[in-house]
Amino acid sequence: MDLYEYQGKQLFARYGIPVSEGSIAATPAEAREAAERIAAPVVIKAQVLVGGRGKAGGVKLAADPDEAEQHAEAILGMDIRGHTVHRVWVERSSDIAREYYFSITFDRGAKRPLLMLTTAGGVEIEEVAEKTPDRLARLHVDPLVGFEPFHARRLCFDAGLPAEEMRQAADIMAAAYRAFVETDAMLVEINPLIVTPEGKLHALDSKYTVDDNALFRHPDIAEMRDLEALPPEERMARERGVTYVKLDGYVGIIGNGAGLVMSTLDVVAGAGGRPANFLDVGGGAQADEIVTAMEVLLSDPDVRAVLFNVFGGITRCDEVARGILTALERLDVKVPMVVRLDGTNDVEGRQLLADAAPPNVHVEETMLGAAERVVELAGSGA
Amino acid sequence: MPIVVNADTRLVVQGITGREGSFHTLRNREYGTNVVAGVTPGKGGRDVEGIPVYDTVHEAVRREGANTAMVFVPPRFAGDAILEAADAGIGTIVCITEGIPAHDMLRIYTHVRPRGITLLGPNCPGALSPGLANVGIIPAQVFARGRIGLVSRSGTLTYQIGKELADLGLGNSTIVGIGGDPVVGLSFVDVLDLFEADPATDLVVMVGEIGGDEEEKAAAFIGERMRTPVVAYIAGFQAPPGRTMGHAGAIISGSAGTAQAKKVALEAQGVRVGASPTEAARLAAEAFAAPG
Repeated sequence: MDLYEYQGKQLFARYGIPVSEGSIAATPAEAREAAERIAAPVVIKAQVLVGGRGKAGGVKLAADPDEAEQHAEAILGMDIRGHTVHRVWVERSSDIAREYYFSITFDRGAKRPLLMLTTAGGVEIEEVAEKTPDRLARLHVDPLVGFEPFHARRLCFDAGLPAEEMRQAADIMAAAYRAFVETDAMLVEINPLIVTPEGKLHALDSKYTVDDNALFRHPDIAEMRDLEALPPEERMARERGVTYVKLDGYVGIIGNGAGLVMSTLDVVAGAGGRPANFLDVGGGAQADEIVTAMEVLLSDPDVRAVLFNVFGGITRCDEVARGILTALERLDVKVPMVVRLDGTNDVEGRQLLADAAPPNVHVEETMLGAAERVVELAGSGA
Repeated sequence: MPIVVNADTRLVVQGITGREGSFHTLRNREYGTNVVAGVTPGKGGRDVEGIPVYDTVHEAVRREGANTAMVFVPPRFAGDAILEAADAGIGTIVCITEGIPAHDMLRIYTHVRPRGITLLGPNCPGALSPGLANVGIIPAQVFARGRIGLVSRSGTLTYQIGKELADLGLGNSTIVGIGGDPVVGLSFVDVLDLFEADPATDLVVMVGEIGGDEEEKAAAFIGERMRTPVVAYIAGFQAPPGRTMGHAGAIISGSAGTAQAKKVALEAQGVRVGASPTEAARLAAEAFAAPG
């Protein structure tokens, strides 16, 4: 789960990482109030879960509350790379002497947290890594040992940090590591980590990702999820516990098991179609879950035909067939469906469909055959 | 002797009295797996269809000589269950549980790895050596006995490929599901290494997907160390970056972890990569028929 800048900064503050004074605003009036409270020049920052907002005009300096209100007016509702701005973060403007970069990532290849620090901050870190790798200090921490003072010293010396900044940097890194572990983060990034003309270090931006599987032990963070930021189909899927990702095509796809569904998307694309979504009903799905999944999938107006691809392991194909028939009864299904059932109780499942013989449902024997059929049906329905 | 699970397996099931746990335990036993015990804290002294239940894994090891554990415990307790099995001296731990926090797995992995413990999973379907033992949730009826090793990050996709192989008259020595999480115990490289040393395996089919770089590491390993031929399939060419595709580990981060990069890495080492499960099975059949 990705957090907004202001949410990440709330966690920074909780762990003692210095951040600017600020508050969140959903309307221009709220932005004005925030600027009045801060009583100093402020920066109005669009809150979106996508990069590149600065270039898109989503970050503006305001000298006074009037200007804060005007900028908020312009930024709220703005579309930044497909994301609508619903809130702005209004914070005290900072004087910047230098910009650094610090991050902790969950390095799944090395199976250790990876810490990176560079004084070439404020830019894309991939660029630093590629063009000036010797300016990027990096090290792994043994998760059973944790972050120790020597880690901080190594990073600071390797990155060439001025001596007088090392104590502050070490404190920030230790706090960030504690936040990383205690909030089950997959990423904690401070870019830029600025130095003010007075020599104070502080976090000017945040990028923060928390492991979805660990949200059960962080109810406060789980509540930060912004369902409004999701497309309507995905919001519905989340509310009903369906694993669904919206894509930009027109062939609706349902299957069981993440790998098989991903493979089905590829095979449909190989047959010349464009998948509308990824939808995994999971293992052991019952008829009711099939109906729910169908409902989510069909809420996408772009879907012109549906492919049901199931390989029964724990999932029983007769149960899936019952779910399909129930869905056809309860929902107003206007698009053609191709069904391919294999594995546990596949014969019974196919028999159920053959007996009911619903119109517009086509049973196919193989995955490839089913993909070709659904692409053909989706094309003719255009 | 087939890898991970075989005729020497003496299985203890952690979480045996749960709905899923008991169902799959009995299926595994019915298949012929030697299930010697179950563990559910507080339910020691009972039995599940004749399988004795103990309060601790240590007791199951002491009394029944269990050497393999299958974990069917809910995600918030599963990490603890893995560590208990490791502490009790279990050599092979198969964790089926989905949804274990990644940080828990980081600590567990770092702890068990240097101890030489074989950890399969979590979030995996288990391992099946046809005709010998089935530990996990793999539907054994799909697979025939044979000489092709199959290793995969996915469950149902593995069944699909197993079926396509069976349709071509080919069977498997062992099917290993390594799991779809960001941190898993046995990696592709570990399992390829086991297959390379296994006289019962003549060919390996490897089924990867987007996310991480384990397929790339496997490609390097195949190029440097393997004489057994390998055929591959990769899922997720249509996956958009930054989105988790069902499995917690199936995510393209920035430009890293794409299906295309994995395919290129494998092909650079001479591994043929099928465009669909069907084609992967056909390539396996060709490679199998070719004089080695």
